[in-house]
Amino acid sequence: MKTDVLRKLKLDIWSLVTLGVLVLYGLFLIYPLFNLLIQAVVDKKTGQFTLDYFIKFFSKPYYFNTLLNSFKVTLAVTVLTVMLGTPLAYFFARFEIRGKGFLRILIILSSMSAPFIGAYSWILLLGRSGVITLFLRNTLGIQFPSIYGFTGILVVLTLQLYPLIFLYVTGALKNVDNSLLEAADNLGCSGFRRFRMIVIPLILPTLFAGGLLVFMRALADFGTPMLIGEGFRTFPVTIFNEFISELGGDDGFAAAISIIAIIITTFVFLIQRYLSTRKVFSMNSMNKIRPLKARGITNVMIHLYSYIVIGLSIMPQVYIFYTSFKKVQGTTFVPGYSFGSYEMAFNRVGRAITNTLLIPGISLVVIVFFAALIAYITVRRRNIFTGTADAISMVPYIIPGSVVGITLLIAFNKPPVLLSGTILIMVIGLVLRRLPYTIRSSVAVLQQIPMNIEEAALSLGSSKIKAFYKITMPMMAAGLVAGAILSWVTMISELATAILLYVGRTKTLTVEIYTQIIRGNYGIAAALSTILAFLTVISLLVFNKVSGNRELSL
Amino acid sequence: MSVNISIRNAVKRYGENTIIPDLSLEIRDKEFFTLLGPSGCGKTTLLRMIAGFNTIEGGELYFNATCINNMEISKRNIGMVFQNYAIFPHYTVQQNVEFGLKNRKLPKERIKADTREFLELMQILEYKDRMPERLSGGQQQRVALARALVIKPDVLLMDEPLSNLDAKLRLEMRQVIRNLQREVGITTVYVTHDQEEAMAISDRIAVMKDGIIQHVGTPREIYHRPANIFVASFIGRTNFLEAVFRKADGNILLGGHEFSVPGVSSDDDEEPVVLSIRPEDFTMAKTDSGGIRSTIRDSIFLGLNTHFIVNLPGDQSVEIIHESQMDSNFKPGDTVYLTVKADKINVFSRDGKRNLSREN
Repeated sequence: MKTDVLRKLKLDIWSLVTLGVLVLYGLFLIYPLFNLLIQAVVDKKTGQFTLDYFIKFFSKPYYFNTLLNSFKVTLAVTVLTVMLGTPLAYFFARFEIRGKGFLRILIILSSMSAPFIGAYSWILLLGRSGVITLFLRNTLGIQFPSIYGFTGILVVLTLQLYPLIFLYVTGALKNVDNSLLEAADNLGCSGFRRFRMIVIPLILPTLFAGGLLVFMRALADFGTPMLIGEGFRTFPVTIFNEFISELGGDDGFAAAISIIAIIITTFVFLIQRYLSTRKVFSMNSMNKIRPLKARGITNVMIHLYSYIVIGLSIMPQVYIFYTSFKKVQGTTFVPGYSFGSYEMAFNRVGRAITNTLLIPGISLVVIVFFAALIAYITVRRRNIFTGTADAISMVPYIIPGSVVGITLLIAFNKPPVLLSGTILIMVIGLVLRRLPYTIRSSVAVLQQIPMNIEEAALSLGSSKIKAFYKITMPMMAAGLVAGAILSWVTMISELATAILLYVGRTKTLTVEIYTQIIRGNYGIAAALSTILAFLTVISLLVFNKVSGNRELSL
Repeated sequence: MSVNISIRNAVKRYGENTIIPDLSLEIRDKEFFTLLGPSGCGKTTLLRMIAGFNTIEGGELYFNATCINNMEISKRNIGMVFQNYAIFPHYTVQQNVEFGLKNRKLPKERIKADTREFLELMQILEYKDRMPERLSGGQQQRVALARALVIKPDVLLMDEPLSNLDAKLRLEMRQVIRNLQREVGITTVYVTHDQEEAMAISDRIAVMKDGIIQHVGTPREIYHRPANIFVASFIGRTNFLEAVFRKADGNILLGGHEFSVPGVSSDDDEEPVVLSIRPEDFTMAKTDSGGIRSTIRDSIFLGLNTHFIVNLPGDQSVEIIHESQMDSNFKPGDTVYLTVKADKINVFSRDGKRNLSREN
């Protein structure tokens, strides 16, 4: 009887996997989100339905303005990154540029560090007592405009995020057939006009997708506005402050703001979907765009542009690297060089380093495991349940990191499931946030593997699960590992979720760096940042080794 | 206006790699000229040099008396049809066709009229508002032609324009292109690796190999009197047989058999030669009437024709094509006597570089 029922429902091992995935998402994503919603609309004292929190947010300019501020700066960042990254990618595809390979590494490196480290470095350079500011004032008598506030966030995030556009557009240009450019040229349309009339429309869907990613990252970024924003308060800062407030944070209000944040990002996500599906062109690129040697003034301008943009974006990291070797007395740099900062870093915060290896390490294993399974069921076992699992797994993509943190904390800070303060809750946070990306890249890998290879295994007497881990999994491995390394890099530089979930025992490098910056221990912060950058570089080298020439996708 | 194209000692190099060492060519006004050769022979490279997509490392390119070596692509007034058509996927059919006119800043009325004229000429007026992805291959081809011709170019360049079409459409579009070129009367340079296509469509053909032009001539000339063994083998099917030419009596000695071939000249008394004989130029007979005694090894029935593989004395074999008969007398194992249409034989020097047969 039982087997009959199972057969009727076509239950097999993959149905169980699907069910398991759905249950886990229900517990760690749907339930917390539902809980968040309850918190936001239920008065804690009376237990009645209330919209007071939302009314409070929209009626007080103090709060409402943070929303406007966030929008202003995020839109500006998105537009600027597109304006900066698109030409750069086009130049890289179209022209020969000296040191292109090295420049490409720099672009990727500059995007891989935590944005707030960039903010902190720019403060050291251009802040009130920054080296460049002081130099200009003392020797040239020029007062450099303030880097704090809107400008600072704009500069830091733009230089941090334009590489995303660069990578997206580079990928899109690979699908543009060179004949289209030649045809335009042949019909009397060249130079910038051709870029505008032909290239831009063709890569528009990609620009929207890249723009969305930039928008989401910029909107959700917490560390940068915290450090360099000063009076210019943005959304994530408000959420954090309301939740963490030393005067007893208001969970309900923080939950309400979180809900508003999710509604906004969902809205932006849907607009992007709508815009980019309308203008997709199927292109089969027979002749790839090949780089040509530019001549004369064009050549000079292209080189200048590339070097300046990339130079500016890598400068913060170079400067941090430099300051990490400076001699420190108390909390100030003094002339001379030493390894003092590194000694202090290892002595005082060695645990943060092990945590940074441990927590993202565990998360990574979990992510790879689930990404492979979910990718498999969504590609190979398409049905309504696997479709649901796929859709749910994408939800965290549009939830800002700090909201993920708050959601988990509110749900799991009391029995029966008391998780706050554990490593587990940090792992869950990281897994939820990073899984969507790894699933997408795994799906892409899996779609390249023909189904009949697995069918061959089944026909030769292999069980379904064995066919998966003996045949399909090894074939996915390279792609999966490549995706995993990128997840790893993102996770070790993650701040927004960790800053909410950490306790003393579970402090990570980014949290520690952030704390040291706040305390003014710039030496230690620089040393730790350098260690973090070092970890990133190693990881990227491994990525290159594993992935061959696979494209970097974020 | 139409123009003749002169290519004088053109050189193309990519780094250390020389693709075209030294190439000269005259393409006449209003001529349909085809560059034919195997892939990698430099035909597309040469076409792209004329278009301006490739730089020229030596020599000159002229349109009439104007040197275009360093002229910008957009100033050359060339219509180009690409192998994959390069239709702009984000423009409608009409927008694609009027694109070149708009770049020329012509008056609106003129753009409208010209675009309409060429949409009509190519019979795609009814599709003018469609996006390219909703067109068939043949329709896209028509859009590409309309877009290239509407700008009234001096020269039309086509890079394997039919290679992406299926066999039936290829024949249809071949005719469309041929008629169109005659109607518009424009100097046309066409690139293909398909020798049949080249013969069907061209006024003259240049056969290329390794960046060097092997033979320039009308389809008839290159088929009947190929300049060397490469051309003979590339154009149509042929059999190569080693033989000796004796100057004294002008006879060819082949496997103990002698026969005369008119119009062959040589400096040596007895020169080793290679004969090129097309499969259709053999006659087989059951009875000996002065032919070469041979044995049929195999026969392949292909409907219209039947192919025979025939062993000659001295370990050489040839392929012979005969029109199929209702009841074939020739079976594998049969002994037959071969005679050859002597005037259609080509006699090459043994190295294959010279055709010793006189032009006729």
